[in-house]
Amino acid sequence: MFPGALNSEYSHELKFVSSVESIQTYQVMDSNGSVLDPAHEPQVSKEEAKAMYRNMLTLNAMDQILYEAQRQGRISFYMTSFGEEALIGSAAALNPKDLVFGQYREAGVLLQRGFTLEQFMNQCFSNERDLGKGRQMPIHYGTKELCFQTISSPLATQIPQAAGAAYGMRRDGNKLCTICYFGEGAASEGDFHAGLNMAATLGCPVIFYCRNNGYAISTPSIEQYRGDGIASRGIGYGIDTIRVDGNDVWAIYAATKAARKIAVEQNKPVLIEAMTYRVSHHSTSDDSSAYRSKKEVEDWSKRDNPISRMRNWMENKGWWMKGEDAEITKSAKTRVLEAFAAAERLKKPAIHHLFDEVYAELPPELQREKADIEALARKYPDYYQVNEFARS
Amino acid sequence: MLRHCVLALTRGNMRRARPSVVSAGVRRYSTATDSSSNNNIEPIRGLPMGVSNSQLLHRTVAAVQRSSNLKTLGLSEHETQKMNMCQAINDAMRIVLATDETAVVFGEDVAFGGVFRCTVGLADEFGRERVFNTPLTEQGIAGFGIGLASMGQTAVAEIQFADYVFPAFDQIVNEAAKFRYRSGGEFNAGGLTIRTPCSAVGHGGHYHSQSPEAFFAHVPGLRVVMPRSPIQAKGLLLSAIRDQNPVVFFEPKILYRSAVEQVPVGDYTIPLSQAEILKPGDNVTVVGYGAQIYALENAIQMIERDFPGASCELIDLQTILPYDAETVARSVNKTGRLVVAHEAPRTQGFAAELAAEIQERCFLRLESPIERVCGLFVPHPLVFERFYMPCAVRTYEAIKRSLTF
Repeated sequence: MFPGALNSEYSHELKFVSSVESIQTYQVMDSNGSVLDPAHEPQVSKEEAKAMYRNMLTLNAMDQILYEAQRQGRISFYMTSFGEEALIGSAAALNPKDLVFGQYREAGVLLQRGFTLEQFMNQCFSNERDLGKGRQMPIHYGTKELCFQTISSPLATQIPQAAGAAYGMRRDGNKLCTICYFGEGAASEGDFHAGLNMAATLGCPVIFYCRNNGYAISTPSIEQYRGDGIASRGIGYGIDTIRVDGNDVWAIYAATKAARKIAVEQNKPVLIEAMTYRVSHHSTSDDSSAYRSKKEVEDWSKRDNPISRMRNWMENKGWWMKGEDAEITKSAKTRVLEAFAAAERLKKPAIHHLFDEVYAELPPELQREKADIEALARKYPDYYQVNEFARS
Repeated sequence: MLRHCVLALTRGNMRRARPSVVSAGVRRYSTATDSSSNNNIEPIRGLPMGVSNSQLLHRTVAAVQRSSNLKTLGLSEHETQKMNMCQAINDAMRIVLATDETAVVFGEDVAFGGVFRCTVGLADEFGRERVFNTPLTEQGIAGFGIGLASMGQTAVAEIQFADYVFPAFDQIVNEAAKFRYRSGGEFNAGGLTIRTPCSAVGHGGHYHSQSPEAFFAHVPGLRVVMPRSPIQAKGLLLSAIRDQNPVVFFEPKILYRSAVEQVPVGDYTIPLSQAEILKPGDNVTVVGYGAQIYALENAIQMIERDFPGASCELIDLQTILPYDAETVARSVNKTGRLVVAHEAPRTQGFAAELAAEIQERCFLRLESPIERVCGLFVPHPLVFERFYMPCAVRTYEAIKRSLTF
């Protein structure tokens, strides 16, 4: 047999193949939150489940407030996760030290990891407590402590990086993995192909998690690809693949847990395609009514809501009372508003952070530029609004 | 020359056709102009030309011991071994793999030794988990390397030809270079070094000859390095790999076999971002890097032969970003004249940056316009390469213009 296809048998039929059966979508709960197969009842504690649900509500509350804040001109930019709150299930299924490479709509993962409301706000306000030191736009979060790589705007670049980091984890022998999130649009980039192929050939313990929410800004999935979603591509690379209901917290949780086991124990990649619907606009720079009807969005929200499904499941278990929602949401809003106000009041990072960390040490030309700019800022402090920045 | 050629063929040369620069006349297809067969014509007039005749290479132990630059680096008394540039680079990687448990070397075809043999023996010695082939994807190689480096590990990635680095440009510019800054220092890609063969080889044409250093020299956060010799290559590569910034390390491929020196066998580094004065002079400063240094050496020899009393100061920039403007400025403040040369095309090439910086620093001292002797603004051509290249003759003419302005 040819080295390029060792398992292929000869055939005498002249036949072209463009697709096999569409890969099935794994579900644990129905749209009412009832577990379809008791054998797949989630094995989690009440505390764990409640914490996850509270995070979903908190995420929703934070998104609403920060979206409004951008509209009022108080922050420059924001992206919400409306309709995709079930993503929290994937974070809950991981080890806290598994390294996360995100795209931009994974605030739920950060929240589940323990990123505080203050930390979210500080980054969005680019203030002196921002871990990123005010260098990037809002929502470009990153935290070494919580093992969440800093977000960057170019799409899909994180995919081969996640494969490389996973290879490093395999070499470390610490039985950890990386998880790499990206959308179905980013999966059209060359980096997707490169990253999955490298992970498969080199044996990298990485979970590739595609959030297929039906839209890449205004581009619906029918204009993004012609094959059977992203899951079919995983098979093309020889990668263990599953498609899940991305609005079903427990399907996500179970799939991620199982994927992690494969990745860590067998040192190979896994692809999860989570099907969901982007209720949000793409970002605060987008008004999606320009390319889809409000009715389409409302219908989706009513018919298949990740928060409702989770709540119903919890109520069925007797772990949640009707009305507890309102309490949690109210308290979340209060906490968000407090963190918001505190973050807004803080100064911007000290000006020397403009020049630090471009290189590990300050090279001569940056020393000169720094001296020039500092002199200019001293000469025209009002023009440069120097008082907005913390003192060095 | 033709008779010599016919004799060589009829003798039935059984050796594998790997012609060296020294056996003149065998490489009929080569467009290199600096072969010793052209010795008696104008303006060469018998001057021994090219890498094989260079006085700048330390071919003997005595030469190593005599060298004041190597003495300054603390290398003149080291035990040495004859190595060409490819072997020196191989040696550097061996030392890294032996001393840094986290280090890995990867890229296309590196496992069997690499298309230029720079990774020969490494997979055998350190295993296929640490020295491994990747699929054919430069963007994947760069991204993968960034990921490894983000874990604090040492990633030595090879891009098979600098001409093919462009799919990796997004990863290098948007990710590696900005990794530390954009994260507020939470993360960094300092452990990444990307090595890639570059520059003219005589028969490479558009896609096996490029010198793309200028694209990368425009990126804050990157280091860009290009060595001229085996001793430099080993020391600079060791520095580059250990540097806490992502480095693009360009290796002039024509020097892999033709540049041979007595190279210190131990672990040593040569500082980055420091230019080296190879030959002191008073009347004109001549700056270059990589293989171009040998053309500059010959141009200077021709100038000093034809203008008795004139002396040229030759500087090897070595690190192109961040570069040592100070050393060049100090030299120009002494000589009053500057000639910069590189193989890359002239427009928007690195010489433009150096010229702008030096005219700013040395304006009143300059006695003549800054000369840039560069590749032509055309895709690197095959049969026309002799006209394209900033060879010794074209550089000689430029230095002459500068001196007689």
